[in-house]
Amino acid sequence: MSADTPLMKEPDAHTNPPVDGSELIRFEDVTKRFGSNTVLDRLNFSVDSGKHVTLIGPSGSGKTTILRMLMTLTKPDEGTVSVDGEKLFPAPEKQLREVRKKIGMVFQQFNLFPNMSVLRNITEAPVTVLGMSKDEAEARARELLDLVGLADKAGARPTQLSGGQQQRVAIARALAMRPRVLLLDEVTSALDPELVAGVLDVLRDIARTTDITMLCVTHEMGFARDISDQVLMFDAGRIIESGPPEKMFSEPEQDRTREFLSAVL
Amino acid sequence: MTWDWSAVSDFMPQFWDGLLVTLQALALGSLISFVLGLVWALLMRAPSRFVRWPVGVVTEFVRNTPLLVQLFFLFYVLPEWGVTLSALTTGVIGIGLHYSTYTMQVYRAGIEAVPAGQWEAATALNLPRIRTWQVVILPQAIRRVVPALGNYVISMLKDTPMLMVITVLEMLGEARLFAQEHFQFTEPLTVIGVAFIVISYLASLLLRSLERRLVR
Repeated sequence: MSADTPLMKEPDAHTNPPVDGSELIRFEDVTKRFGSNTVLDRLNFSVDSGKHVTLIGPSGSGKTTILRMLMTLTKPDEGTVSVDGEKLFPAPEKQLREVRKKIGMVFQQFNLFPNMSVLRNITEAPVTVLGMSKDEAEARARELLDLVGLADKAGARPTQLSGGQQQRVAIARALAMRPRVLLLDEVTSALDPELVAGVLDVLRDIARTTDITMLCVTHEMGFARDISDQVLMFDAGRIIESGPPEKMFSEPEQDRTREFLSAVL
Repeated sequence: MTWDWSAVSDFMPQFWDGLLVTLQALALGSLISFVLGLVWALLMRAPSRFVRWPVGVVTEFVRNTPLLVQLFFLFYVLPEWGVTLSALTTGVIGIGLHYSTYTMQVYRAGIEAVPAGQWEAATALNLPRIRTWQVVILPQAIRRVVPALGNYVISMLKDTPMLMVITVLEMLGEARLFAQEHFQFTEPLTVIGVAFIVISYLASLLLRSLERRLVR
């Protein structure tokens, strides 16, 4: 793993403005119901640019829904979600496309395109969406593959790779779009235990060497402790406690948090 | 009943003509049904019900009326409206249109079988919708439906004799013509029967090798 490969060589026009620590993401009174089940209950929180925020809590407590809303994959029933000052819902498709440019997402099930080579998985969007030349996109894709330790797999098909390798390709694919925000949705949950460390190492590198804002839903508490600036504890669609990882993992205030942590640690 | 080999050899020139027409009808009919079926399937996913509704009604109508009736209609009614096509062209359009209403169902199933995660990944990468169809969804959907489409090719092959009723001299038409001229039915009908089996068998071999290549 080449930890010291600079991921962002220079900020370029349509992506990475300098991080100024200003507010990038805001949820205001957001409610989401699936049938009679309320997954988010008048939720309020914000994330500043460049921060790494981890969302923890029991399954079904709404963490994934938050990431999916930011990626415009699901809509809130009430309340507003904004990214960089722009409201997401309702917004015309054109505006959603602008917002999506700033956000990348890595999924639990990788969701690589099985009909394309690894390289093409990574270059497709930079070429079609960002208008990068094929050569430039490929050169960059190879850099990213090197970063995730898969330089030799450019020509492989996703199905020829292990789950851990597929997930690392998915990370490279998301980074190729030079997002300001990276959403990580339980990215190691579908992996065999021995493959988890490789993926988390890559993410630690990214957290350390870039200024990408990260929102991370995970059950890997050691990883959460390492990378987070802030940990949000969810229960029944609300944030019941939040704070820096040192505090959250060592001396949580809420019984529910303590209970949850003792169950997963 | 006696078997007369000389009748077989006498029938051969006409048989080859008929075979050629059958294969033409099959190839072009398949092509139309594959393309048109995909068009129907995509239109059925249009956001507006003012697109979906008429397409649904028309294809439902075509699927649930007999091909034979449609062939007669195209052949005898269209000319009254000033559209005159050759018998073979009419037949190819008829069979292709009819089967497109079946292949559309196959495509629909194939499209629905592409996991939602593929759409979500495409959205997350901000791929435009058309591009998502082109490079993500359809390549995966079509790969899945090749076997089912192939089965319809074989069904279509077995429906090509219907073209005889609109004067297309495909294999059955040639066999009947020969039989009426020579009063020998057994030989020409047996020959074309065997030909149908051979064509289906070759087609299924071709399909299986295609499937194997696509599944990789």
